[in-house]
Parts: sequence; structure tokens; C-alpha cells
Amino acid sequence: MFDLVKKCGESISKKRFLFEELVKRDFKKKYKRTVLGMLWSLISPLMQLAVMAVVFTQFFGRNTPHYVIYLFAGNLTYSFFKDSTYGGMNALMQNAGIITKINLPKYMFLLSKNVASVINFGLTLVIFFLFVAVDGIAFHFRFLMIIYPIVCLIVFNIGCGFILSALFVIFKDVQYLYDIFTLMLMYLSAIFYTTDGYSENVKRLFYLNPLYVYITYIRHLIIDGYIPGVATHALCLFYAVAVLAIGALIYKKYNYKFMYYM
Amino acid sequence: MKKIELNNVSVSYIVGDFSNRGLKDVIIQKIKGQSTEKKFVAVKNVSFSIEEGDLLGIVGTNGAGKSTLCKVISGIMRPTEGTMAVRGSIASLLELGTGFDPDLTVKENTFLRGAMLGYTREFMNNTYKSIIDFAELQEFEDRKFSHLSSGMKSRLAFSIACLVKPEILILDEVLSVGDGAFRQKSEQKMLEIIKGGATTLLVSHSLDQIRRMATKVLWLDKGQQIAFGETQEICDRYAEFLDKK
Repeated sequence: MFDLVKKCGESISKKRFLFEELVKRDFKKKYKRTVLGMLWSLISPLMQLAVMAVVFTQFFGRNTPHYVIYLFAGNLTYSFFKDSTYGGMNALMQNAGIITKINLPKYMFLLSKNVASVINFGLTLVIFFLFVAVDGIAFHFRFLMIIYPIVCLIVFNIGCGFILSALFVIFKDVQYLYDIFTLMLMYLSAIFYTTDGYSENVKRLFYLNPLYVYITYIRHLIIDGYIPGVATHALCLFYAVAVLAIGALIYKKYNYKFMYYM
Repeated sequence: MKKIELNNVSVSYIVGDFSNRGLKDVIIQKIKGQSTEKKFVAVKNVSFSIEEGDLLGIVGTNGAGKSTLCKVISGIMRPTEGTMAVRGSIASLLELGTGFDPDLTVKENTFLRGAMLGYTREFMNNTYKSIIDFAELQEFEDRKFSHLSSGMKSRLAFSIACLVKPEILILDEVLSVGDGAFRQKSEQKMLEIIKGGATTLLVSHSLDQIRRMATKVLWLDKGQQIAFGETQEICDRYAEFLDKK
């Protein structure tokens, strides 16, 4: 019995060691060991926000209270999704040299990539709350609920990463197709416009887009001042779990087949 | 106890032009009804078993399926047919130098590789110094990996895999690394590991080396198992076969 516990402990600590080393590697590679490297990845969403704010305030900002925050909430979520899934897509192919030579759990490569994205997102989130404070929205304990959509989004991103990385191994042009896809997704996620002008039926269609659901959750929480209902919570969770389950199944099925295509 | 046991193991690959194939190409191929995917059997009906402390030498010409067999035993691939049992922790060295990150330092790479081979941080902290000493890379610890010469890279890879005391060690064409002095040192290290009870698979084109070190030999040709058994006898037959070619 003691032996079994010891063995389990050992196996977890070995995996943790590998995970930590992979995270370190991905971090060093991403930021090239410079402090500025990290700063750049913060500046990029802020620049985007600045441009969007300048351009769109004229069109949509007049009737939307706290438009900059509205925009930021959308941009923040979308940027995180994009960063995380692009990283995830490359997770297998970038490690092809290792995967074809050493037998390792392949999901480790994807998860380690996501850690860097999550940290990056966390930093942007801090800036977001600074903006919220500056814009005159008083802090409320309700804001803590933002953890819920974020956790769902992280799981959702990991699931998408699973699916994309598997597709990318098998179809090398997925990269380009995904560029187009993310661009369309951006326009469909109501990042810089509001859905007020649409009929109720069309509005409902927006909820088919998981990203829109996460963005809306955060907006309701921060700008509109209420915690969304049970249905929204269920939808957030559903998208995350469903995508993760699909991704995990693909990995399980193709675990030994990936290497043929690398 | 039998450490590695293979019964009628066959392994096939799917081969084709995958490196540039996109979704578009697949659709076009599907419409035209022509597929570039082909099945290629790299290893056919191989059966053998080795015990603890054995060193199995695998010989055969290029394309005989030696590396594929190593991949199957190290768990990267699965046999398409037949059964296999491998008991113990494995450190495999398939093609040296791959899987290292050129942008990381020697030290970082050593820890990363150690982690991949399944060791704990504690263990690596304790063993790190002897790995570097054995690889004779003391002055290069903080250099980028890409700055090393190819001989140095292989020395490091070899040292990591050997100093970590695996139960099963798979060496694919790696003992011919480094200069003469290092080669001798690595052979000695290998013998030490084997005496310590490790089971080893050694793929080598140096028949001399196989004769000196192996306790059993497996001869493959075009995926087929030609012979398995005593070292000297099979080595003699293999040498004869090579002469005739």
C-alpha cells in the first residue's frame, strides 16, 4: 500500500518536473529572455485597443456607456483566445523532434504552451482593471466572479488547442485557414459593436459563438453591474467541457498516429 | 526475469507526402479517388526475448527496420500486429542531438532532457555535475546548445542517458560518437551499466563493437528477422553476408 502511494507520488513529481522544464523553455523562447519581450506582448493588445477606441468611438461609442471598457473586455478575451490557440496549434509540430524520439504524454506540450498565454492574459487583466478604475466604475465584490468565465475560457482554449494541434499535424494548411477563421470570429464576436440593433432572434444566434458568451459574461459583470443568470453559466461551462472532450478524444485516438505525419 | 519479450511483432508505417499536404490537397485527392497514402511494413514477424543484464546487438543493413524496432520498444510506436512486453524504465537514445533546444543553454537542455527521460528534479540536481563532467563540457555549461560542435552534442546526449541508471537502455547508432578517447570511455560506461543489471539494446554498424559487447544478437534484413541468438555465430554469418554483397 505504502509502495503504491510512493509510486504515485514519484510519477506525479516526475511529470511536474517535466512540466516545469517545458514551461521554462516555452517562456524563454517566447520572450527571448528579455524583460522587454514581455512588455511587447502587453503593448500589442493595448495598441489594438487604442486604435479601435479612436476609430470606433465615433460610430458606436456615443450610445454605449463605458465604451472603452466595453471594447477592452472584448479585445482582452479575444486576444487571449487567439494567443492561446495559436500557441496550442503549434504545440505538436514544434516538438516533432521530441515526439518522434521520446515517448512522452503529448498533452504536456500543449499545456506548457498555455501557461505562458495565461500569464500574459493575467497581466493584461490587471491593466484592464486599472482602466475600469480610471473610468469610474467602483470596485465591487461581484467582480471576483470574473474567475468563472476565465476558468471556462482557459479550458475552452486548451480544448481548441488540442483540436487545432492535431489538425495541424495532419493538414499543413490549417494555419492559413485558421487565420481566416479568427478574423471572421473577431467580427462575429461583437467586440467593437453592440448587438442592440439586431432582432431578438439574431441576438440569440450570437450565443452560438462561445467567445461572445464569455465576453458578454464579463461585460455584464463589470459594466452592467450584475452576475449573469444560470443559463449563461451553464453555456460557458458547456462550451468549455464539450470542446475539451472532443480534443481529448482526438488526442487519445491519434496518439500513436501523429508521428506518421510529422 | 524476461525484460523484453516480442512475439511476432510487425510494424507498419503510413507513408506519403505529408510534409506539405493540406486539407485542400486531401479533398482534391479524395475527389480524384487517388490517395498518396501507402502502408509500408517496416518490421515483419520479429520474435525474441532478452533477460536482465543482456546486451542485445541489432545488426542489419540500412532500412532493415532496426530503428523502427527501437521505436516500438521505447513506446513511441505501437506494434501493428503481435504482442510485446517491456518491463522497466526506459532511457532511449534514438538519433542523438535531436530533441534538444538550440536556444537553451547546455545546463537548461540537460535538465529538460533529464525530465523527458523521466527523472525527478532532485535526482537531476544530484547527477547534473557528473553528467557534465562525463561529457567533458564543464566550460560550456552556460553556452547555447547551438554553439556546441556535433561531437559535443552527442557526448552530452550520451552522458545524460547513461548516467541516469535506466533499467533498459536503447542505443541507436550512438556509440560511434565523439573522438577515440570518448568512444572508449563510453564503451566502458556501457559495460558498467550492463554489469549493474541494466538491459541494453544496441544498434550498431560496427561489427567489432557488437562482438565485443553483445551477449545476444538479432539480425534483421528488410524487416524480416534472419536470425536471433549467440553473438559470435550470428556475427560470423552476418559478416559473410556482407562480404558476398
